[in-house]
Amino acid sequence: MSAATFIPDSVDEQFGSFPANGTTVARLHSVTKRYQTNTALNQFSFEIYPGEVVSLLGPNGAGKTTAIRLLLGLISPTSGSVRVLGRDPRDSAARTRIGAMLQIARVPENLRVREHIDLFRSYYPSPLKAAEVVRIAGLEGIEDTFFGKLSGGQKQRVLFGLALCGDPDLVFLDEPTVGMDIEARRNLWDQIRALSARGKSVLLTTHYLEEADALASRIIVLNKGAMVAQGTPAQIKNQVSGRTIRCVTQLSIDFVRGLPTVSNVVADRDALVISATHPESVVRVMLQRDETLHDLEISAAALEDAFLALTKPGTN
Amino acid sequence: MATAAIRPIKLSAPYYLNLFALETKYEFLKAARNRMYSLATLGFPIMFYLLFGVTNRHAGPGFNYAQYLVAGYSCFGMIAAALFNLGAGISTERAQGWLELKQASPMPRFAYLGAKVVTCMLFGVAIVTCMVTLGVTLGGVHATVLQIVHLAAVIIAGAIPFASLGLLLSLLIPPSAAPGIINLIYLPMSFCSGLWMPIEVLPHWLQKVAPVLPTYHYAQLALNVFGYARSSATLIHWEALAGFTCLMMGIAWLVFTRSEAKA
Repeated sequence: MSAATFIPDSVDEQFGSFPANGTTVARLHSVTKRYQTNTALNQFSFEIYPGEVVSLLGPNGAGKTTAIRLLLGLISPTSGSVRVLGRDPRDSAARTRIGAMLQIARVPENLRVREHIDLFRSYYPSPLKAAEVVRIAGLEGIEDTFFGKLSGGQKQRVLFGLALCGDPDLVFLDEPTVGMDIEARRNLWDQIRALSARGKSVLLTTHYLEEADALASRIIVLNKGAMVAQGTPAQIKNQVSGRTIRCVTQLSIDFVRGLPTVSNVVADRDALVISATHPESVVRVMLQRDETLHDLEISAAALEDAFLALTKPGTN
Repeated sequence: MATAAIRPIKLSAPYYLNLFALETKYEFLKAARNRMYSLATLGFPIMFYLLFGVTNRHAGPGFNYAQYLVAGYSCFGMIAAALFNLGAGISTERAQGWLELKQASPMPRFAYLGAKVVTCMLFGVAIVTCMVTLGVTLGGVHATVLQIVHLAAVIIAGAIPFASLGLLLSLLIPPSAAPGIINLIYLPMSFCSGLWMPIEVLPHWLQKVAPVLPTYHYAQLALNVFGYARSSATLIHWEALAGFTCLMMGIAWLVFTRSEAKA
């Protein structure tokens, strides 16, 4: 039996416009996906490189799941091209090297966890050992439980395990930690990091900004089917105006709003919350004018602020 | 440009055999553990046989109702097994997203469908075994080994036409409506085709209409085992079932490719 082997080659030459600064494991090239009147993705391009954890972030209906379904070959694009491991995603050679965890309403409930794993392993020519799947997905002790008897978090872990059965090079995780408690979520994060450390690539969609921040080497922010920003979590955060100052002061809101580089001021109980690209100069002026100023905090913009700013209606 | 690419892989025969064997094994376990399914496919034929077969042992010269119903209820059970497993089963698994996860894996489609058909056939064997056992022990039915094997072969073959009808239904009806619609289709068809009582006692117009039903041809093949068919010609019935299978598969293929183009 010949296992799939990684070889650098030029299967993809017709899409050679991308700078050759690395190899891609998956790419969407100016993909548009239209459903009747609704455009789910519009001229969307992105690629995933080996070992990367890429996170697709965006509000509901932004096109995250559509992107994953295209990459899995479950739907075909209205225009544009989709390549996975240099191939058409419907090619079974590509499918033997990928794993997927999708948002599934229900899985056959009268099979045991062990049986589900046994079955999915048989789909792949060189699968992970069952014991290894159980270990990575944290399924010890529930192997003989019927799927229907598991808790929500345990079910998610089984689905994660099924995604890994084929020892894939590229793993798609669509909202993987929904329904998990904090400990289970942290454990899954560790496993995703471990995958990445072994050179596997991961594409992750999530609603939890904290999750994208903690895991992703690159975040792509999607809104209404188009990319609004991409970069490392730090770069995304820097795209919104600088940092946040919080303090209790006697200065009026209007005065603070007039200070240089201040983009926004809001009153929060007895304190003011000030967004500014250059907080040092703002604070200097404020300290000079108000000796009673106290409880001063300066923090980097949270990813959440960046996300809200980027996907705010009217922007882009 | 360099792309992380993979060589075309050649998946070997042992890989496919192992995959198909496991798919079938778990498909069968899933069905066997599903009480609703076992009830519809085995429970009803057994109950009906106990009620109507065992109690009608002495019907008349040349006609043994208990023997007639061994064939009739075997067909009845097999049709339920195929329609519910394929029709309701696929419809449900599609709606739940489970089928999508399987489609994203390298598992070939034929394995999924084939495993379900083989599962129906295994249930068919179980149904024939139950009916013959009940018939011989409680119904006073005489059946030679050859007749039993013949009946089992006919019943098993019936998995294919009714599975293809089930496949088509799974593409057309939503999972919540599937059991109801399947009952609406197969209970009247079973009645009109003489699976429950000889077709000769039905109204004359029904007897005329019956030959357009696949269940009629299936019933005639099964009844022929004990000599209760209307004529001993079997080729026409095999042809009718084969034609029905092609028709169902053809329409299913059309519906499927149209829905895929829309996706």
